[in-house]
Amino acid sequence: MNLSNGGHRRGFDLVPVTEAAQTAKEFKSDQEVRWCPGCGDYAILAAVQGFLPELGLKRENIVFISGIGCSSRFPYYLETYGMHSIHGRAPAIATGLAASRPDLAVFVVTGDGDALSIGGNHLIHALRRNVNLTILLFNNRIYGLTKGQYSPTSEVGKITKSTPMGSLDYPFNPVSLALGAEATFVARTIDSDRKHLTSVLRAAAAHRGTSLVEIYQNCNIFNDNAFEVLKAPETRDDYLVRLEHGQPITFGKDATHGVRRGANGSLELCAGDDPGVLVHDVHAEDPSLAFALSRIARPDLRATPIGIFRDVERPVYDDLMADQLEQAVAKQGTGDLAALLAGGDTWTIS
Amino acid sequence: MSGKQVQQVDRVIIRLAGDSGDGMQLTGDRFTSETAAFGNDLSTLPNFPAEIRAPAGTLPGVSSFQLHFADHDIMTPGDAPNVLVAMNPAALKANIADVPLGADIIANSDEFTTRACQRIGYASNPLEDGTLADYKVSAVPLTSMTVEALKDFDLSKKEAERAKNMFALGLLSWMYNRPTASTLEFLERKFAKTPEVMKANIAAFHAGYNFGETTEAFSVSYEVKPAPMKPGTYRNISGNLALAYGLVAASKATALPLFLGSYPITPASDILHELSKHKAFGVRTFQAEDEIAGVTAALGASFGGALGVTTTSGPGVALKSEAIGLGVMLELPLVICDIQRGGPSTGLPTKTEQADLLQAMFGRNGEAPVAIVAPQSPSDCFNAALEAARIATKYRTPVFVLSDGYLANGSEPWLLPDVDALPDLRVDFASAPNHQSADGTGEFWPYVRDPETLARAWAIPGTAGLEHRVGGLEKADGSGNISYDPANHDLMVRLRQAKIDGIARDIASLEVDDPSADADVLVLGWGSTYGPIGAACRQVRARGLRIAQAHLRHLNPFPANTGEVLARYSKVLIPEMNLGQLALLIRAKFLVDAVSYDKVAGMPFKSSELADVIAATIEGVNEA
Repeated sequence: MNLSNGGHRRGFDLVPVTEAAQTAKEFKSDQEVRWCPGCGDYAILAAVQGFLPELGLKRENIVFISGIGCSSRFPYYLETYGMHSIHGRAPAIATGLAASRPDLAVFVVTGDGDALSIGGNHLIHALRRNVNLTILLFNNRIYGLTKGQYSPTSEVGKITKSTPMGSLDYPFNPVSLALGAEATFVARTIDSDRKHLTSVLRAAAAHRGTSLVEIYQNCNIFNDNAFEVLKAPETRDDYLVRLEHGQPITFGKDATHGVRRGANGSLELCAGDDPGVLVHDVHAEDPSLAFALSRIARPDLRATPIGIFRDVERPVYDDLMADQLEQAVAKQGTGDLAALLAGGDTWTIS
Repeated sequence: MSGKQVQQVDRVIIRLAGDSGDGMQLTGDRFTSETAAFGNDLSTLPNFPAEIRAPAGTLPGVSSFQLHFADHDIMTPGDAPNVLVAMNPAALKANIADVPLGADIIANSDEFTTRACQRIGYASNPLEDGTLADYKVSAVPLTSMTVEALKDFDLSKKEAERAKNMFALGLLSWMYNRPTASTLEFLERKFAKTPEVMKANIAAFHAGYNFGETTEAFSVSYEVKPAPMKPGTYRNISGNLALAYGLVAASKATALPLFLGSYPITPASDILHELSKHKAFGVRTFQAEDEIAGVTAALGASFGGALGVTTTSGPGVALKSEAIGLGVMLELPLVICDIQRGGPSTGLPTKTEQADLLQAMFGRNGEAPVAIVAPQSPSDCFNAALEAARIATKYRTPVFVLSDGYLANGSEPWLLPDVDALPDLRVDFASAPNHQSADGTGEFWPYVRDPETLARAWAIPGTAGLEHRVGGLEKADGSGNISYDPANHDLMVRLRQAKIDGIARDIASLEVDDPSADADVLVLGWGSTYGPIGAACRQVRARGLRIAQAHLRHLNPFPANTGEVLARYSKVLIPEMNLGQLALLIRAKFLVDAVSYDKVAGMPFKSSELADVIAATIEGVNEA
């Protein structure tokens, strides 16, 4: 299959599948899970273990690569191949693995500090290359494992151990960042909403290329309830904008609010029945509307979109690399070492 | 042929010098190819600035290429040129200090204008004011003669002038009776798409050749007979090319696909360029976003069962340190090629140095031993790459290859190896459980070790039933589970060290070259100093002195007999292009009072300089 002209290979099409039915239990390793009681990571782990059997892939062909941080302990708890690597480097390690092993389903698990601070460079380059990776970015807006410093997604003015008078730096918006880095799949979900989380994982796994899934995750020790308004039954409907492909972008109980394009071209909130309410299109080639949507949330988290922002096809780095190898062999034949060494000017002494 | 006198000489050292844009490296390469085809032994030393095009006519912009060729086997590019070709006043000024009195200087007189001379500090024209009275100066208007020779071509004056390096090459080809066919073929290939430029370059080359033959300015041409060499097929090869070929060969020998993760850096980039051409060998090259991604992607590929390689220079190694430590912890194969250059920091990007030995040895947090090998000549980079891959895959460990700028860009004839005789370095991946759990079922423990090599079991993703996790946290012995147990950590630190130390049982002994068999002084070296040290030893022996020479291929671990060899001599002299890094290791490990001789001038040692140091050391021992 030639992918360089935009073929339609799906996420894990080259990964061997199994006929045997799998269960979540088969994906649990024998290691005791060591996150703090009440950590949002537990819910994500359970959701992932529950979701993996749905893929029907051979378990031995699944690899989870992580960096450093609380979230990066994730691979130890999954009965797949895994690597708990060094701070920030998981996307680069996963790139080397995915580019050389098209038969593997490669996941990256990372956090806001790991992916956006120390490893920011690797993240943006993986996204622009469109390596076939599924990146789960657990965003709790705090440094947990180092015990409570502000992170690159913490709000300005955050009081932490390292910022007793309030943090000074302006935060990243991970979805905006990913879209700016030419990502082909960007989504956001929430640790406690298993159904939504699973549906996003499903779409991310089906996408070929780099899928970035930001997961709002609660750190109940150092930044408890950071996303509470998005979770509490009494507030969530007014705060969450659930993006659905092909559906009007409305929110609030009974869809009382909507999102439309304002007179100056930027997005604005409006009534849910406003004739200008936008219809969400995850496949739009132009990422500008997705980017604008990533900016509509208010500082108090009102109007926070979740769901898939963007899901478009673009040639995939590892497919292109494999294609070049095939083309080279087709053109020159399989490499002949003796001929290679004797290339250039030679002379013979008898 | 003209009736001019042909003088036989046994060797010649020629240095071509000009502006960075004058094509000196290309001219040197072509002259080298002609010389190789003729059958001389040879050794080359390119020397160029880090700037791509420094201002024309300035000292920082001077680029040079030195070639030593002989009718016998030689070991270095030569200390001092017999002939200097200076394309402008700056080239003369930058190089004249290295040219011995009485040597030939061929100068492009067109460029020696008052302005050009004054610009670099000559008060008057050195070709005319007696400055060069002690040299044999041939002032040749290379530029104007080239333009004149090309007047019938449809070229601007500027374009015609650019062919002056081919005029100079033609003149030199006549002067040293070089075969010209390969250069003509090269020009036809290089300029195939621009036939007018091709014809002009060929015409300039012929014009230079004919000028030599007809002018009265040159009364003598020289002949250097072919050198006796072992039968076989040869090519000329630079260190970086040999290293790239060695990695391709290692991929074949190990039957593992080669994955190169690399970030461009001088003087290592040519390896990335070369390997990028060899996709038909299954070679994957990944130009990473930074040095760290280069090495970590290689490690990721190794985790998947590839031969993971990263190529860099000293500043890149500094950035890769943490990832190399991860490689030590994961116990996966990884080859790190450090093409050393002048440091610290950005240092001297295009100049050579050996000052990364201790960085390779110790430049990581914690006790993180790795194996280190070093090539000793440009062609030997091929063997060093194979050896590094052998150790990396057999012992599941990062291995450094410490080449340097001199080896990378220098070249020499290479007797092509028989590819069918390459060693079989195939690796056995784990394919079945290797441990019984308490309930009797089989399971896979990633840190179960081979009792002989201490290498851990290597199971790659895709192997059913052997799913496991590795990581940078300390491992429990055997199971590989996270362990903070103090006794286990102590054990694992010692096991990782013992594994590397044990490689000493599996490498060649340190051999000593001591023709007299009773020398008092041993000169010990590593890496690219092999040529200068070897040439120096020959000179010392020619003076009637006894000297033993040994050269280390393996820097970690040292060969098992190293201590015993060192103990045989009353003095051990260690010349290095650093401030005594090997000497520090030798003194620490063997309690030997080794004497360090070091220099960090960005250039290889001169053999005459080392010969004097060796002779003085021998005299010092005799007097004591």
